[in-house]
Amino acid sequence: MTDVVMPQMGESIVEGTLTKWLKKAGDTVERDEPLFEISTDKVDTEIPAPASGVLTEVLVQEGETVGVNAIVARISEAGSVAAAPVAPPVVVAAAPPAPVVAAPAPVAPAPVEEVSAGPVGPLSPLVRKMARENNIDLSKVTGTGAGGRIVREDVDAYMRTQAVPVAAVVAAVVATPAPVAAPVAAALLTTAATPKAPVAPVAQPGPTAKTRVEPMSNMRQKIAEHMVMSKRTSAHVTTVHRVDMTRVAKMRAKHKEDFAARYGMSLTFLPFVARATVEALRTFPLLNASIDGTNIIFHNDINVGIAVALDGGLIVPVIRNADEKNVLGLQRSIVDLASRARAKQLKPDEIQGGTFSITNFGSFGSVFATPVINQPQVAILGVGTVEKVPVVIDDAIAIRSQCFLALTFDHRLIDGALGDQFTAKVKSVLENWSEEIL
Amino acid sequence: MRKCQIRDLGRMSYGEALGIQQQLASERKQGRGADHLLFVEHPHVVTMGRNSHAENLLAPAGVLQQQGIELYETDRGGDVTYHGPGQVVAYPIMDLREWKRDVGAFLRAIEQVVIDTLEEFGIAAQRIPKLTGVWVGVDHADAAGAAKVAAIGVHLSRWVSTHGWALNVATDLRYFQYIVPCGLTKPVTSMEALGVHAGALEVKQALSRHFGRIFDFEMQGEWLQ
Repeated sequence: MTDVVMPQMGESIVEGTLTKWLKKAGDTVERDEPLFEISTDKVDTEIPAPASGVLTEVLVQEGETVGVNAIVARISEAGSVAAAPVAPPVVVAAAPPAPVVAAPAPVAPAPVEEVSAGPVGPLSPLVRKMARENNIDLSKVTGTGAGGRIVREDVDAYMRTQAVPVAAVVAAVVATPAPVAAPVAAALLTTAATPKAPVAPVAQPGPTAKTRVEPMSNMRQKIAEHMVMSKRTSAHVTTVHRVDMTRVAKMRAKHKEDFAARYGMSLTFLPFVARATVEALRTFPLLNASIDGTNIIFHNDINVGIAVALDGGLIVPVIRNADEKNVLGLQRSIVDLASRARAKQLKPDEIQGGTFSITNFGSFGSVFATPVINQPQVAILGVGTVEKVPVVIDDAIAIRSQCFLALTFDHRLIDGALGDQFTAKVKSVLENWSEEIL
Repeated sequence: MRKCQIRDLGRMSYGEALGIQQQLASERKQGRGADHLLFVEHPHVVTMGRNSHAENLLAPAGVLQQQGIELYETDRGGDVTYHGPGQVVAYPIMDLREWKRDVGAFLRAIEQVVIDTLEEFGIAAQRIPKLTGVWVGVDHADAAGAAKVAAIGVHLSRWVSTHGWALNVATDLRYFQYIVPCGLTKPVTSMEALGVHAGALEVKQALSRHFGRIFDFEMQGEWLQ
């Protein structure tokens, strides 16, 4: 069995992100054949397999960042008794001999107390750094790595169970040492590569016995980045119009069963809203535009993104040339894109090139919300739930199907009046629905 | 002394230049061939590195196409960047095992090559810790007001490098509006925008000289003399 480790890529490099597995568990690999790719700062590197055999275990997933020398996979030499070759040329520095353990990092402040590393076996630079910065006696940490080796997770776990002693450096910075422990640990847990984070003297919620720390998934991180970027980019304004859906509801009720029987999918309100939106986009092309510096880019194609909720995230697949589709075509696209989004089978070009988005929070019972624009688009339409309500018509009370449509638009480009004209157009198409469905 | 062959590819598409890089790198990995420093000027192209975030591409692919800008997904490190006329792109194809097996040192050395070159042209450029690349206007501790003049992104396979750096000499900076360069919201600048009107040839000559000095190479190339 040969351990495959995150190679040492240079003196200042303490960790790397595994960006891509070129083989999967169970595959046969040849020694020196590219096995995975890592990314450190601006450098991507292919790492060859250190031995021939079968890739039995993949311990680090794509997107995860681990310390140098962390074991990322194991290769078992199928039927071979020959000792595993030490290491491929590229990872020669990967297994530092024992004496290296004591080497202090040149930039780190002098450790307050010598970290004894004798009895605990070989340690990665990352673990040593964490121990040094937090004054942890590693002999008290239980190792769960190969051969009982202490890995980053063990130090994290240890810190969570211990009140971390306040390091002298920190005490000097902060007048009242009492509340510092948690933020220090928090700063460390986020990433060990971050330079000493400024320590705020206020108590922040840090990992304690009452909390749990979990890294964000890649998708979560991207959603977070995108949402904040959008809020920073556009001047978000939301306008809400009340729409009488009675006509559409009747049309839907009339054709629902035939539609399901003929096409094997149910007819929802969403394709009606999408169809009406396309009409409004044709009338007001500024809503189907993007901003490029001081230029306005008008898109000739109308490509409508439909927000789809996933486990732990969301994605906005795109109906291309939505203006060429009727209600049937739109419903078919929506069902197809949503089901493939949930099965993670979308192709890259199916989530790109959207020129306008629709989000259907009504399906979760929301009456109306203020959606965030999907950059670089300039508007997004939110569809509230359709429900029967009492309405006053000609001084009489009637029961009508109604929903709220919320348009969030980028006020840099779209004035309030235009935003309302657009939404009024969508409303008008829906309230006066005339297109045949079947 | 180790030797490094300079080759100027002139104006060449990103894809074609990538093919040449891969050919040279593959020979180098097999222990044949020489270390190279390639220079090239690409037609308008937006390239996305392995760490690219789709949101850093601000224009839909269709818009880029309309503007005559190619879009390329590539295997270098780093996020989105733009290459185009007026930019000196340099690709060192070298075996780092014969220099230092250290990616950090490699990036810092490339930065030094560009910093020393810019100094010759009277531009004071600097590094910003943790933001690989070469910057000007680093006046404040938080690097507010800094602008990037050269971008770096590298790929290694068996310690043989491909890709490299792009120095904006007289780049039309408006093209950077289509992207968030390297995923950073800091501005991009060029030597020309800094008031220095330099010819591509003299910039390439200076880069080659400093590259040779810093990487300990004897540089070989027709126009170097």
